[in-house]
Amino acid sequence: MSIATSRPRPRPSAFARLVQSKGMLGTLFMLPAAVFLICLLAYPLGLGVWLGFTDTKIGREGIFIGLENYEFLWADSVFWLSVFNTIVYTVVASALKFGLGLWLALLLNQHLPFKSLFRAIVLLPWVVPTVLSALAFWWIYDSQFSIISWSLMQLGLIQQPINFLGDPINARISVIVANVWRGIPFVAISLLAGLQTISPSLQEAASLDGATNWQRFRHVTLPLLTPIIAVVMTFSVLFTFTDFQLIYVLTKGGPVNATHLMATLSFQRGIPGGQLGEGAAIAVAMVPFLLAAILFSFFGLQRRRWQQGGGE
Amino acid sequence: MSSNQATAPLADHVEGMGYLSSLPRRVVTVYLPLLVFVIVLLFPFYWMAITTVKPNDQLTDYANYSPFWVVGPTLEHIRYLLFETSYPGWLLNTIYVSVGATALALVASVLAAYAIERIRFRGSRIVGLLIFLAYLVPPSILFIPLAFIVFKLGIYDTKLALIVTYPTFLIPFCTWLLMGYFRSIPYELEESALVDGASRWQILVRVILPLAVPGLISAGIFAFTLSWNEFIYALTFIQSSENKTVPVGVLTELVRGDIFEWGSLMAGALFGSLPVVILYSFFVDYYVSSMTGAVKE
Repeated sequence: MSIATSRPRPRPSAFARLVQSKGMLGTLFMLPAAVFLICLLAYPLGLGVWLGFTDTKIGREGIFIGLENYEFLWADSVFWLSVFNTIVYTVVASALKFGLGLWLALLLNQHLPFKSLFRAIVLLPWVVPTVLSALAFWWIYDSQFSIISWSLMQLGLIQQPINFLGDPINARISVIVANVWRGIPFVAISLLAGLQTISPSLQEAASLDGATNWQRFRHVTLPLLTPIIAVVMTFSVLFTFTDFQLIYVLTKGGPVNATHLMATLSFQRGIPGGQLGEGAAIAVAMVPFLLAAILFSFFGLQRRRWQQGGGE
Repeated sequence: MSSNQATAPLADHVEGMGYLSSLPRRVVTVYLPLLVFVIVLLFPFYWMAITTVKPNDQLTDYANYSPFWVVGPTLEHIRYLLFETSYPGWLLNTIYVSVGATALALVASVLAAYAIERIRFRGSRIVGLLIFLAYLVPPSILFIPLAFIVFKLGIYDTKLALIVTYPTFLIPFCTWLLMGYFRSIPYELEESALVDGASRWQILVRVILPLAVPGLISAGIFAFTLSWNEFIYALTFIQSSENKTVPVGVLTELVRGDIFEWGSLMAGALFGSLPVVILYSFFVDYYVSSMTGAVKE
């Protein structure tokens, strides 16, 4: 369908007459969205890059200082720690979300009683505001009165409460667990939607040919699911990489910056610290990683078209 | 809509092969893991709820009271939250901001989606792609320059700042979703309306929109939830207590010092979550279809 070409195809005359003003009508209809997206999305994006090259502070206009912010960050061990943390956080949390989410999707794809109820329950962690569920995790991770510590102590597995958020390694694990908890539903429900498009007949055919459960999963389910996995995981990586809320509630980057992500560091330097220029530079430093994720998604989609035999 | 399409291929053999495995086997491979998943996913909510109604002396006294249950529940934390903090104000602010931002985003998105999908002006495909890319721009790299702009516009520390900035992440999503819905409406309907002398505007309002109601609901619910849950802009652009939204207010004003009032804090979290959960429970299918729809396009 190449209706978008500039010359209108022959059509009933009433239609053709209106097609003449397509450009005008299109512009008019696009106007509200364009105003928002250009003024408050594209412009800030450019402004952010510009601010990264200036020494703007809150309440003071900045001047162009070239790459000074980036030079400063290059030598800043806290910045590199935050890059390291962000990558660890993203990789570990995404891998766990994928594994557990896929498992949950496969479970929900079974013939179950109350299937829609289960699906509704499973999505809950994703629906409630992250900040508010993170507060519940904060209470669960309390250093003295953590319910997890108490339960493990009752079971005789540990002697004293676990210092969930006070110790660098524990804190990293704790925030990753909270992130995985919140992210599983999105992965599971999206993959479930993908699983439902796979016809059970294919599974039956493979089974008649003598395929084991694992082989059916590996050679039937997984290849058909790959395109959706690519898209879902790109989104998941994107959200995890730019995560802010969870860290801000649970640790604010501590202890000793062990859980600072690039987004939280950018906020801390930019808003309470007042160094808008430096904060913007940190935010800009996230862009290459995001582009990598988007390209990944693009190739995922490409592959999908090829798999559907669409071939353009 | 998309969930209907998704389930369509199931029609040939709805039962699948589940009937082949015996019950004990299914218990171990399906029901048990599922039970564990559900318990883990729901536990924080249970913990939130039980803490809300626990009297203070039971909150930390695990030796004498089982932490998993409550003896003599109290409404003290809720009373404190509703009458001695600015919480009701934050709730109203959040509703006001979410409704305003959702309405703005929906209007802009309907027009944009219709233009891209049906008017098909020159370059509409590229515009569609740009909108998708805009969806991938995260708020955490925009909040600093946006704070700068909001300040320059003189709307810093007002609810208006949130109402006009939230559509930046709502419009790409809603437009993308509505494009999919508009695509499923047959061209012929529009053509016959055109032949009958309807203008583009009349077609949109009288023909397309009534047919796209499920899409509008999906987009609206999702946009409302996203605005309700938004945090980083609200944290950055709002200073004074009377303009804060629930997530920001609870975190910045109810958490003070080293002695946490866990009861009222959890009550705040619970009441801040309830509105979206209730909305969600009424429209689960729309919600799921909008979430998976965005992924599958």
